Parts: sequence; C-alpha cells; structure tokens
Amino acid sequence: MKEFSIVVNEKEHTVRVHEDTPLLWVLRDHLKLTGTKFGCGIAQCGACTVHIDGDAMRSCIYPISALGESKVTTIEGLSTKNDHPLQEAWVKHDVPQCGYCQSGQIMTAAAFLKESKNPSDSEIVEAMSGNICRCAAYLRIKEAVKTAAKS
Amino acid sequence: MGEQTLNRRTFLQMNGIAGTGLVLGFNFYSCKHASEIRAEAKEWSEMNAFLSIADNGQVTIMSPNPEIGQGVKTSMPMIIAEELDIDWKDVIVKQAPFDAVKYTRQVAGGSQSIRKGWTALRTAGATAKEMLKNAAAEQWNILPAQCTASSGWIHGPNGEKMSYADLAPLAKEQAVPTDVTLKDPSEFTIIGHSKMNVDLPDIISGKPLFGMDFYREGMVYASILKGPFGARIERYDDSRARALEGVIDVLQLEDKLAIIGVDTWTCFKAKKLIDVQYKNQKTKWDSADISNNLKNLVRSNKLVVKREDGDVDKAFSTADQIIERSYSAPFLAHNTMAPMNFFAHVTSDKVECVGPIQTPQWTQGRIATLLDRPKEDVTIEMTRMGGGFGRRLYGDFALEVVEISSKINKPVKLVYSREDDMTGGIYRPASEYIFRAALKNGELVAYEVLGASVNDKNCVRPDFFPAGCLQHYRVSAGALESDITTGAWRAPVTNFVAYAEQSFLDEIAEELSISPLDLRLKMLDQAIQNKLDNPDLEYEFDPLKFKGVLLDVAEKSQYKGKEKQLGLSAYYSHNTYVAEVVELNEMNVSKIYCSIDCGIVVNPIAAENQAQGGVLDGMGHAMYGALTFNKGEVEQQNFHQYKLIRMNEVPDVEIHFIKSTNDPTGLGEPTLPPIGGALANAFYRGTGKRIYSQPFMDVLQDVLG
Repeated sequence: MKEFSIVVNEKEHTVRVHEDTPLLWVLRDHLKLTGTKFGCGIAQCGACTVHIDGDAMRSCIYPISALGESKVTTIEGLSTKNDHPLQEAWVKHDVPQCGYCQSGQIMTAAAFLKESKNPSDSEIVEAMSGNICRCAAYLRIKEAVKTAAKS
Repeated sequence: MGEQTLNRRTFLQMNGIAGTGLVLGFNFYSCKHASEIRAEAKEWSEMNAFLSIADNGQVTIMSPNPEIGQGVKTSMPMIIAEELDIDWKDVIVKQAPFDAVKYTRQVAGGSQSIRKGWTALRTAGATAKEMLKNAAAEQWNILPAQCTASSGWIHGPNGEKMSYADLAPLAKEQAVPTDVTLKDPSEFTIIGHSKMNVDLPDIISGKPLFGMDFYREGMVYASILKGPFGARIERYDDSRARALEGVIDVLQLEDKLAIIGVDTWTCFKAKKLIDVQYKNQKTKWDSADISNNLKNLVRSNKLVVKREDGDVDKAFSTADQIIERSYSAPFLAHNTMAPMNFFAHVTSDKVECVGPIQTPQWTQGRIATLLDRPKEDVTIEMTRMGGGFGRRLYGDFALEVVEISSKINKPVKLVYSREDDMTGGIYRPASEYIFRAALKNGELVAYEVLGASVNDKNCVRPDFFPAGCLQHYRVSAGALESDITTGAWRAPVTNFVAYAEQSFLDEIAEELSISPLDLRLKMLDQAIQNKLDNPDLEYEFDPLKFKGVLLDVAEKSQYKGKEKQLGLSAYYSHNTYVAEVVELNEMNVSKIYCSIDCGIVVNPIAAENQAQGGVLDGMGHAMYGALTFNKGEVEQQNFHQYKLIRMNEVPDVEIHFIKSTNDPTGLGEPTLPPIGGALANAFYRGTGKRIYSQPFMDVLQDVLG
C-alpha cells in the first residue's frame, strides 16, 4: 500500500491504499463520500461518475495512482445548497425511484451541460445513454436534463 | 402475510412510553419549510406507533415498510397525514424501526404495501385526530362531535380553536377510540395530490441513505467467493490472498469463502488470488440441457392439474381446429443497481444488522436460527434499497455477514461485486409453457395451459383470466428441480406468462377473424355470463374493471384492431388491471399507452413514475434479458454481457389511471406483465413474425438490424 494525497471537493485528503485502488473505493471507504455509487466496477453503468478536472469520469476504473494533481468533484461537492440547476430540475420532475443511480446521472449530465449549452433531445439521449437506471426512470431523467439545460 | 393492523393494545403500549419529552432527530431537508418559519421542536407527544406531534406543530410520521424505490416512504405517510388533517409541509417522515408488534406487515413484496397498509394507516391518523378532538372538547366542555379538525387545528362551534401542538400533550392521555370514522375519498386533500419523494433532497446531494453507504467506526469489509451452483469446496489455497497487505482473514462458510479486509477493494483483489477446487457438482447442466428438460417435462404426464373446468379432453377431441403454441423463458438476474450488501455486528449482547432488506421479519428469524439465539437479540435497521425487484426478499447476504461477524467478532460490511451479484443470484427461473385452444363453429370452446419451470411447481396462475371465460378450461404445472437458486423476480410467473397468454390470444383472434380487442371483451363478457349462470364459479378478477382498462387504452391509442403498427395486451395481477398498447414507427417502438385501474392513486407523480418504470423494465427484459449457464456456471458476469435497457432505447410511455374511489391496489409490479405481449403483438403486425421466446432480440435482430 502507498500514501496518496488527493483533492476532492476542494479539500485535500491523504489516504493509504493499494496503488490500483479505484478512486471510487477511496471516496467511499476512506473519505466516507458515499454519494458516488458502486454499480458495476467496469465503467458500464455510470453510477460512479465524478468530475476529474471538470470532465465526467468513471471513478470505478480510475486508479488512485493515475490521479496526480487532478482535482475531483463528487456529487457532495456539486453545490452547497442543492441548488445546481440539475438538482433543482430533479426536484421539479421528482425523478428518482430507488435513487441509487441518480448521483451518477446528475454528474454525467452536469459535465455534459457545461459543454453543451443548448442540447437537442437526441444529444441529451446520447450523452445519458452510458448511465443505467435499473428502475428505468429514463423519461424523467431526460425531462429533468432538458429543464436544467433551459435554465 | 396479514394486513397491517393497529389494535388497541398497540396504542396503549405506545401510550405507556409516550410523553417523556422524546426528541427525535429530524432530516434537515424534509422539514426545511417548517424549520424556516418556526422554532425547533423541543417536546414531542407520541400519539401512537405511527405519529408524534411536536410543540411547534411539526408531526413526525413513521413509514412502516421498507423503501425499495416503490415510493412507500412518501405515500404511506401521506395516508396517515390525510386522516390526521395536517398540512403536508409540517410532516417529517422517518423510516420506522423494524418492529413486527407495532407495525405488523413490514414487507416490500407482492405490491402490497399500500393495499394492506391502507386501513391501518388511515386508522392511525384518524385515531390521533379523534384523540385531539376529545382533548379539545374536554377543554371547552363540549362534546367531541361539536369539534372539527383542519390543517393542524381543532375548531369549536363558537370560534374556539387550539393547535395540535398545544393539544397533543393532553390528547395522548385520552382513551384510545376504537371506532373512528374515516374520510370519504371526496374529502381527500393529500391523497391523490402529488408529493415529492421525501428522500429526494438527500438522494440528489449524495447523502448516505443506502445500506451500501453505511459506516460504523472500527468496521471491516468482507467479500464472498462462491463456486458454481451445486458445487462443494474440496480444497482451497488462500496463501497469496493472505499475503496481500490489508487482508485480515479468509474464512470458509460451508461452500463459500469469505475474505475480510481493511477496505472493499482489498477484498475484491484478494478474492482473485484464491485458488479453489470444487467437488460433487451434481447439476452440471448448461442452458440448452435445462431448456430441453423443461420441454420434455411440460409434455410429460408429471404435471399436476391446478384447475379444471368442464371436460377439456372431450372439447379438444371434438374441436374443428386446435391451436397449440409453446413459449420459452430464459433465466433472468435481478441486477439491482446496488449489488447485495449488508452490515452486521454480532456481540454477546446482541446481533445488530443494518441494510437493504425486503423481508426484515423473515430475515430476523433466519438469523436467530443460524446463531441459535432468541430473535429478540436480533435488530434490523432497514435502509433505503438500491433496487430490489425481488432479490432482496432473500436475506442470504444478511446471513452471510452475520456469520462472518460472529466468527471474527467485529462489525463487518459485506459488499458483493457486480460479478458476485450476477453470478450468485436467486434468479427468475427458466420456464416452458404450452398454450392450447380448441375452436369449434367459429368459437373458442376450450383452453389449456401447461407450465414447467425450474424449481417452481406453481408456475401458473390458474384463477386469473381466462378462468371463468370458458366452459372447458385446464391449467397444469410442474417443476424441474435444480441447484440453481431461483425465486421471485418482479411480478413472479406473470412477468412471462402474461406475454405468452396475450400473444396466444392474438393468434386465436386471427384464426377467428375478429379483432384482438373484441376477442378479449367477448371473453370477459362470457365470464360475467358464466358467473350469472353458475354463482359457484370462481375466478380472481373483475371482468368489468378488466374491460374498463381495455376500452380506455383502445380509446387513448386509437386501437381498432386492424392497425399495422399497434399491439394490444392486458393483464390483471397484484389486484390491479392494466392494458397496454405498443405503437411502432417502422420497426422502432415509438410509444406505449398504458391504462391502469389500481383504485385510488395515493401519490400521482410517483405512481406515474412507478408505472412507467414497470413498463420499461418489462420491455427491457423482454427485448434483451437472458442469463445462461455453462456447466452450472453463469455465463454473464457484468453489464457488458447482460444488457439492460438504456435511455436511447426508451419510447414515450403515456400512463392513464382510471378514476376510482375504490381502495388502492398494487402498483409496483402490475404494469410489467402486459408489455411483453403488447410488444410481441406489435412486432407481428409489423413483421409478420410471431415470437415464441425471450429475449425478443434473438428473433428480431435480423428484422431490426
């Protein structure tokens, strides 16, 4: 095991873990930031999506040793008062069923909307199709992303 | 499982410990409206097991049942709040502790939470309201009947008024009334009015809500290594795993190994370093063998007749024409978004368990048996579940972590990897069905269903439609025993049988040259007539409600029966009636219409979400879902091999609820069964190809590309 210093949500943390430990498990088990979810471990479902230097990344396959100086933002650091336009849209549309995949959905959408200010429906669908919602609340997710894009 | 009951004894028990100034913690987000405008609550009066009223007017309502994504943590408290006559903004919802004495049926299963909780929840609210009225009447020296309640206030006939906050300490000392009057549905102001999911603020900000998120100081992590189904461990070498830094122990739990480590990743890593040899694997079938064995069984004389009306053999032997079709179902995994996980800390004093479980009571009993301790020692804290779909009915993972904790004397959190979850499941069993229909003089005269399923000898629903519609009707079933573990998967049995039946009906309609809608309506009319002719005739559905959803969906979708692009299906399950029409645009599913009669809809915004989810879950699994076996081992390890439906495959789903004042029935499951039939019937209209097995994509990929 090895010591790593990482910056998450603008705070620096030091952890001692195996070098190949995915960022996901550092966040969840060591930093107790459990908003980032474990779904598949192979970047297929998107539940673990975080921002690394602003880009949406799958933390379940991102080894801590590859992080270097990069800055991580998790769902806990997306806003201070639940007032990110996506979070507000999620409330407006009452999106979740079980809710487990939702932080990954929101983090994927947040990175997407930063790049695409006025996305078409098909661009939204394309951006969000990497994230699985096992409850299939997809119609609400789509509507909420559309609402957030407009605000 | 019985209905939720709230008896006088429960009330009195609760009153015995009430009024001690119990201060409950509360969730910042869910009560932020209230906290913004008033002082923090200092004293709480516990009116009964379900609700407490604070001196600042806030009301804490306990949601008794496990929250699995079906929305009961919002809708069950809504029912209590309705009868209490309190403003929803003043309500703080908390997950009730597991306590079968106070809350009785604490189960998430069979789509029954609302239906079976309905009366008890209403009674809990109405009883507390009555006690508040009684207390006010005492203050004002009038009769309770002269008092009225609204929005947290009791009003007297001469302008007197007192708040629930002020009355609660007096009210909780009142005798518990046993014959409270419940509201007429026309008086509802909360039920039937959309309320936001009470956990939503915590979900979108990533607060720890799920069992997977649980943490306890000093906790260690564990992972489980299982072999192929039916295999026993002969020997294993864990030396390389033990040499990995961070590994605390490797334990054998009969036919499984447990790896304990300082974090989840260490456990996952160590597991791959263990060599295990297995022996005595009796069931080395692969999926083709299982399918062949089921096909043989369903045609054998080993099936048991579950229901027979009339003389089916004679009707078939004298028929003008017999239609016979067979339908094959693959195994399915639940693939809950959160893989199986659970926390336990076993000490000499108690067995503390925390995690996602649909059946806390059953699991408590099994844990007590496993450890040979009284069940009173076992506490279970129910967390929000990252999906269930039936998988979390089975507490196998809870038993595993309890055993691990009891052996290492530490608090432990067990986490399955996705691969563990997918390959160590309790699956929707593979099944084989034969549907037969006898036609004579242009009429359907007899009908037979034969079913064979892995481990499930009750793989049919003999009293559902079309029972009662036909003079000659027979349903038989049998099971193929296997070491592959199987169990309930969202809408057990009907998740496949409905598709087979509803596709078969369209074939009958085609043979009889009538519209599929008219055939169904005619059969339902026949059920009504047959019951008039023979009052002893029994079947488990109401033909009028069934016709209601069929006619509604036909109207909404403009279904006449001849359109090339529309497929119809309807099914009754979990006491609810659902009809669906799939609309194709060329070969793409462009829209799904769904009409539902589930009685009163408690929380419309959540009900629509749930109904859409059921339709799309059913569509995804009918189109893509399959779990296959090779020598007793699961061939799909993760989502790159087991396809789940994604946003780019999802059509618009239009939900229509039939207006009703009947008591609510199930909703978590019943929109799933009809969709397979509607899809298959639409694809037939579009392609001319009938589909007899799932996943449909195996058949359709040539057509759809």
